[in-house]
Amino acid sequence: MFPRTDDLLRALPELIWCGFGMLAMLLQPFVRSRHFFTGLALVGAVGGTGAAFVAGATPGEGFYGLIESDVFSFFFRLLVGLVAVLVVLAADSYLERENLPFAEFYALLLFATAGMGVLASARELLTAFIGLELSSISSYILAGFRRDSTKSSEASLKYFLLGSFATAFFLYGIALVYGATGTTNLGRMDDADPGSNLLKLGLSLILIGIGFKVAAAPFQIWTPDVYEGAPTPVTALFSAGPKAAAFALLLRIFASVPAATHFWFWAFWVLAALTMFAGNLGALLQTNVKRLLAYSSIAHAGYILVAFAAVTFMANDLNGGATPAYAAVLFYLLSYALVKIGAFTIVSEIGGWGEKNLTLDDYAGLAQRQPVAAAALSLYLLSLLGLPVTAGFFGKFYIFKAAVNSHLIWLAVLMAINSIIGAYYYLRVIVVMYMREGSAEAMAAAPVRFPVAVNVVLAVTAIGTVYFGLFPNQVLNFILQPNLIAH
Amino acid sequence: MGSLFQGGHLLSILIFFPAVGSLALLLLRGDDHVFIRRIALIVSVAEFLFSLLLLRGASFTSGDYRLVEYGQWITSPPIHYHLGVDGISLFLVILTTFLTPISVIASWSSIGHRVKEFFVMLLMLEVGVIGVFLSLDLFLFFLFWEVMLIPMAMLIGIWGHERRIYAAVKFVLYTMAGSILMLVGIIWLYNATGTFDLPTIQQMIQTGTLVIEPRAEMLLFLAFFVAFAVKVPLFPLHTWLPDAHVEAPTAGSVMLAGVLLKMGTYGMIRFCLPLFPEAARRAAPWVAVLAIIGIIYGALVALVQPNLKKLVAYSSVSHLGFVVLGIFAFRSISMQGAVYQMLAHGISTGALFLLVGMLYDRRHTFEISEYGGLATPMPKLAAFFLVAALASMGLPMLNGFVGEYLVLLGTYQSHWQWASWAALGVILSACYLLWSYQRVFFGEVTRDKNKTLPDASGREKFILVTMSIVMLWMGIGSVYFTRRTAAASQAVIDQVEPQRPYEARVPGSTNILPDAKEISAAGGANR
Repeated sequence: MFPRTDDLLRALPELIWCGFGMLAMLLQPFVRSRHFFTGLALVGAVGGTGAAFVAGATPGEGFYGLIESDVFSFFFRLLVGLVAVLVVLAADSYLERENLPFAEFYALLLFATAGMGVLASARELLTAFIGLELSSISSYILAGFRRDSTKSSEASLKYFLLGSFATAFFLYGIALVYGATGTTNLGRMDDADPGSNLLKLGLSLILIGIGFKVAAAPFQIWTPDVYEGAPTPVTALFSAGPKAAAFALLLRIFASVPAATHFWFWAFWVLAALTMFAGNLGALLQTNVKRLLAYSSIAHAGYILVAFAAVTFMANDLNGGATPAYAAVLFYLLSYALVKIGAFTIVSEIGGWGEKNLTLDDYAGLAQRQPVAAAALSLYLLSLLGLPVTAGFFGKFYIFKAAVNSHLIWLAVLMAINSIIGAYYYLRVIVVMYMREGSAEAMAAAPVRFPVAVNVVLAVTAIGTVYFGLFPNQVLNFILQPNLIAH
Repeated sequence: MGSLFQGGHLLSILIFFPAVGSLALLLLRGDDHVFIRRIALIVSVAEFLFSLLLLRGASFTSGDYRLVEYGQWITSPPIHYHLGVDGISLFLVILTTFLTPISVIASWSSIGHRVKEFFVMLLMLEVGVIGVFLSLDLFLFFLFWEVMLIPMAMLIGIWGHERRIYAAVKFVLYTMAGSILMLVGIIWLYNATGTFDLPTIQQMIQTGTLVIEPRAEMLLFLAFFVAFAVKVPLFPLHTWLPDAHVEAPTAGSVMLAGVLLKMGTYGMIRFCLPLFPEAARRAAPWVAVLAIIGIIYGALVALVQPNLKKLVAYSSVSHLGFVVLGIFAFRSISMQGAVYQMLAHGISTGALFLLVGMLYDRRHTFEISEYGGLATPMPKLAAFFLVAALASMGLPMLNGFVGEYLVLLGTYQSHWQWASWAALGVILSACYLLWSYQRVFFGEVTRDKNKTLPDASGREKFILVTMSIVMLWMGIGSVYFTRRTAAASQAVIDQVEPQRPYEARVPGSTNILPDAKEISAAGGANR
């Protein structure tokens, strides 16, 4: 039986992403042109993102409750779609420079994006599992895409082994939740017994699985190695896309399973505190910019988890008290995705052939050699730091506000302390770029010319960062609706 | 044009005109240094002239905010673009716009590399500082407060001396550590009141609509106070200051000492006292003790400094201690004195840093032992240095005297012990300034290199004459300033100590200064 039209429309973004991914695979033996595949991937990524509007225009359950098309999934499809578009643009010149096969790369990228889309719109734990696997398996391969680099292969293997372990936890958790509630559909868990130990155990295992995906401490050990070893555009994808999608699933579980919220409050409190410190303290010692940004993304997962603690705390407030906390997560993920993609794109371009120039010393004097790149990277770093007039500031501000709203003063104070630690290493990069002289040969070398596609990425992310830093209103009013997540 | 300035948008223009100017600079080619300097000078002088319109645009006979601009910026949470000026912020803004062109001229020839970026940063700094002084929305205030960090750090870190990077990072981390807690405090306050609007919250506190439980109030007070105390800097949070000053280029030091430190004391007056009056009263003795320690400690360290610039930096710690003491004595006279001391310190310490910078341009050292007998080769510079030093130590007829005197007078009325300890600082400041002056300028020329040093150039003379005139004017014509600061200072005191009976006057005190009479008249009228 052929599915209903509405169901297809509700899953249209994922269908388009997957379709173009398969198209790229099929055409790979026949077409040799890099530009063709970049164009194809771009059309696919943009098309899927555009289809999010179609899906958004047909709200409701799809495929008998397997997926849900609501404002929430619309937002996340746009977000992961935007990430995919930007990564395609950033990867184009990288793939040529590193002489990597492009068709497979774009196909995997689109599959991963489709997986994230599924994850964000899943209403059913098993659908979520499929989305998780789809995005994870593509990610494992993408991480090892530079086959001749040992670091890249190591990253891939590490990610795969630990990742599949975590997925097993997730799957086992689903099984236990099914045992406790008799369903895997999140929409039917309203009346689950909050006291059930089986449910608690299942939820804990699910949390561990997702905690791994978002790099929450103590499940974050893989992150620096994988982020460092993966090709830099892939790192940009990892830091923005899968993380957002996994957080999306977590948010949806909260919104749908009242029994989950109370139980998870302290878990998130501790996770948030641990993750912030693990990321920031780890980053303090880094001299490799790519690795530094990897640690920074752990720290930022910690900040987002602070908002989760606020969500769990406010969830029993029936007057929509948790809405601002949800909005804080969404806004943060948006601002964070823009910034991280921009930053990693610059790292990718400055890194040059074979990703050689990744240490802080390579960035010395960058402001004089390449003022625009240095200014853009500074903007991203300041946004990560949370300085006003950047989107990151509002992101952090809303999380602070959500935390204080829920009377989590101490968690807010811990976050404040972490912001200061973070300020140190972000500033260190800026200091190196602006205040230190580069080595004589580096200064004498001709500046790296950025390809047009890369400049587009930088322009979009930089303008977005400043725009949302000045006028967060539109996005915020959009995500602050009471019916953000369908019940 | 007239209506544009008189009518509603003068404050916005004051904030954004330097921003436009620095963007314009950014678009220029970087190699024509003279042109860039001229543009920067024109922008900063025009900004100064705009700021003088404040004096004509509004009268400051009551403590209300003038030239208010109010507009919606962000809807959830409701954040407003709310600007206003009162007697306290008025002169701080003018001080900023005055010192900026001075800094531009002072950097004319001493900044030789990355000239364009330098002036861009200087103008961006001005944007942030003026924004801080004019914001009436807590969120907007915080925004400018943070934004201003980066240009200042860049000024220190790029154009500073040997240990500039260390100093720049230290400066940012110290300030940020303080201010991030203030952000938590601001959000807490928002949760209690539902608004970020300063006048609204003030009104809620005065009318009793908002009652904060004492423990929470103290925590909130501390969250704000620590952020400001770092900036002031209050002992023991002052350790970033000597580093930042010594490493900063001359213009950076002038802006840092002249204006940035005042953001801390301004914050105390504008936020700590009116928002948390009860906590401020309870904390006052502790704060006063810290301020007095700062006064004496700063002076003692200055006394033994072998480094001339560090000496001036520590003298700032000492002088700003007077300001904090004046604020927390809760007398309208001492509050007036604190505001006056903020302005006077901006001018006289700014002048001292300019002079030290001029010496550095000639000899590339700050060590006092490298100098000696400089009055012989450069009599004019020596004379100006003497004026600035005398102003800084509080000689009557010069600007430093008025502020210190009013602070001591007001403090004496509330706690005579505080005043007597603080008075030690006045004596010590005479010691360290005169002694260092003697070692640098008097006696035989001890180093051969110093014999041929050129005296002040035309540009330097222009700066120094301007600064000296202002010092003298502020020393003699203090009424011009206090007339405008009186009502606002009184309004702050009224919010902290509303029930206090009319303060007993020290016999004869009103006759010494013409403006003291004004103050008591203004105070009397309010009751």
